[in-house]
Amino acid sequence: MSDETKPGLKSPLRRKLLMGMAALPAVSMLGRPAFADVPATSAVNTTGLAVTDSEVTVGILHSVTGTMAISETGSVEAEKLAIEQINAAGGVLGRKIKFIQEDGASDWPTFAEKAKKLLVNDKCAAVMGCWTSASRKAVLPVFEQYNGMLYYPTFYEGLEQSKNVIYTGQEATQQIIAGLDWVNKTKGAKSFYLLGSDYIWPRTSNKIARKHIENHLQGCKVVGEEYFPLGSTQFNSVINKIKLTKPDVIYAIIVGGSNVAFYKQLKAAGIDLSKQTLLTISVTEDEIDGIGGENIAGAYACMKYFQSLDNPNNKTFVPAFKKMWGEKTVIGDVTQAAYLGPWLWKLTVEKAQSFDIDKIAAASPGVEFKGAPEGYVRIHENHHLWSKTRVGRAKADGQYELIYETADLVEPDPFPKGYQ
Amino acid sequence: MINSRFFNRSELLGFLALAVLLFLILPLSLDIFRLNLVAKYLTYAFVGIGLVLCWGYGGILSLGQGVFFGLGGYCMAMYLKLEASSVANTKIQSTPGIPDFMDWNQLTSLPFFWKPFHSFPITLLAILLVPAFFALIIGAAMFKRRVGGVYFAIITQAIAAILTILIVGQQGYTGGINGITDLRTLHGWDIRTDHAKFILYFVEVVLLFGCIVAAQFIRLTKLGRILVAMREQEDRVRFSGYSVANFKIFAFCAAAVFAAIGGAMFTLEVGFMSPSFVGIVPSIEMVIYTAVGGRMSIFGAVWGALLVNFAKTSLSESFPQLWLFGLGALFIAVVLAFANGLSGIWADHVQPRIDRLLASRKSKSAAGMIADGAPAE
Repeated sequence: MSDETKPGLKSPLRRKLLMGMAALPAVSMLGRPAFADVPATSAVNTTGLAVTDSEVTVGILHSVTGTMAISETGSVEAEKLAIEQINAAGGVLGRKIKFIQEDGASDWPTFAEKAKKLLVNDKCAAVMGCWTSASRKAVLPVFEQYNGMLYYPTFYEGLEQSKNVIYTGQEATQQIIAGLDWVNKTKGAKSFYLLGSDYIWPRTSNKIARKHIENHLQGCKVVGEEYFPLGSTQFNSVINKIKLTKPDVIYAIIVGGSNVAFYKQLKAAGIDLSKQTLLTISVTEDEIDGIGGENIAGAYACMKYFQSLDNPNNKTFVPAFKKMWGEKTVIGDVTQAAYLGPWLWKLTVEKAQSFDIDKIAAASPGVEFKGAPEGYVRIHENHHLWSKTRVGRAKADGQYELIYETADLVEPDPFPKGYQ
Repeated sequence: MINSRFFNRSELLGFLALAVLLFLILPLSLDIFRLNLVAKYLTYAFVGIGLVLCWGYGGILSLGQGVFFGLGGYCMAMYLKLEASSVANTKIQSTPGIPDFMDWNQLTSLPFFWKPFHSFPITLLAILLVPAFFALIIGAAMFKRRVGGVYFAIITQAIAAILTILIVGQQGYTGGINGITDLRTLHGWDIRTDHAKFILYFVEVVLLFGCIVAAQFIRLTKLGRILVAMREQEDRVRFSGYSVANFKIFAFCAAAVFAAIGGAMFTLEVGFMSPSFVGIVPSIEMVIYTAVGGRMSIFGAVWGALLVNFAKTSLSESFPQLWLFGLGALFIAVVLAFANGLSGIWADHVQPRIDRLLASRKSKSAAGMIADGAPAE
């Protein structure tokens, strides 16, 4: 929408109201004059980014049309909320954030085209964006060539590390290993049936899961591994096989609309998730919205964030999000990770005292965000986040109940040795 | 009416206008980012030219041109990917030296059909021959059995769907839904730099004009007139002793080759290839470009591809959430109001005026010659 790409031009009043509402936690900082300690633009921006004395431009690049729009909308909303809150708290180095939103249209070359536009034409100081691995793969060469900075929110398969990307979601080992250990220890699970949609993320994740099960868990084995085309709705044959092999754990990495068919057919086939352990790493609160809480109640999910987390940060984040985007919205793992993007960027810029991409890239390792809804996070040398792994159990009301969380932050390891 | 000249006057005007635009105006006025976008739009113009021949003149509506666009693009992408996957670049993999997606999919050696793509000349040949051969098989299977019209359109659409599913499903061999990404050099020449993009643009425009001339040549030969005759009265042509099927196969193959050249250029310009250009939706979009430009006009197809894609980019930049509706409305408006597309508008409204202008200029200059020595106005 045009009024969102040029914030402040059309309805300053509405914007101010929103800013005020979203910034309740930061109200105390509002009174401070913002320009008191503003460093000169020439000092903080030596490479010609879109930074003025009062404003800095960032890009938001997600699909708001096409098949991915359902998933990516939450990320856009979270990023806008974070930007509003940062602005209400005085901006970044005394500059208000202005954002330019582009639509990737669920189409990978469009993502590449728009990324180029944001970097080359608009000189964005940072871009929050992408969701699928395919879109990230498409924009990665663009960010590396034109030296941009991308904050990428989705949990993904790893096997990637770039100076020009900060991965605010989990890479595969962070999401998989702790969950498998937990299910092995507490449920005594010995046999696993691996399922997935047929593309890189589920395949790589299951590869890591299989190596971990076979090499690191005593006496455990994989009894089946199967893949389904994206959008597939026929799961009856695999459900029959599951009934025959009776695995201790169904390990499911099915994505998107296929989930609805899978969990409904599982229920219809008489597999009761309160008795059969099912562990998924692909169903967040957003997906449950489509699946229906009653169809998936009892399943376990391994994530780093659940909307129901009980900590002070999350207790201010969830109401602020709902106030801005409506009472009915749900917040999944990726939405929370997207919310981290603008904040981490702000903290990094302030640490580096510069908007220059090279300086941000160098300053990123070690940046800590104590206000994250998931709890404390820190950026690793490899540009991924240290974060906890959590296991939740789905309830019929569409929320997860936290069952287990790792004691310490889990180190991100995008190129895990012995798992390739 | 048979015109003995290669281009009649209005065609020559169109040819020159396009040449001035593509060779001079756009490169001089646009920055490299926008010029690269134009280059991307123009890759669809290749498909459009093929469709003008096969659909506009031959009456064979193919809703599966994405297949050939994709085949050409994938052939080029396979060559570039192999070059980017040198052992030095892929040290972190379990099996260095093969493309990264093969490694993710637990392949340990290069599949046999990838091997020829180590060679650049073979790749160039494959870009032209693979789609042509594929079109030949489809064409022979369909046209020899006298399958035509709507049935043919549906079958081409089905083929587009099948190929997409095949590419997505066999991701170890094709890169799956991600496509073939991270392409870097062409024969050692980095295609990602601005300078390279500038050169590639001109290479593409030259190729485009080559295709325009080739299409015009086909149109003007006896073959072109048989195509039109077939479209109007297929049986009469058949009873006159012509093998209708062979002519149709030829038109279809020619369109496939044009599309494949476009696809190969697309891979070079954009830097990757994915199944999202092969399926039903892109195939239909390509037909829309041609329809908007005017399916009877070779130049119209080029303009259609340029303008529709330009509208797509600018609408989506200004209205990220509403642009698809705007684009849809544009299509409906053009097709409802101007059945012959942009070239129809040109021929009906603009061309007569130019003719009149030229005519009056001619009489004026004639008058000027009489009043010899009079000062110029």
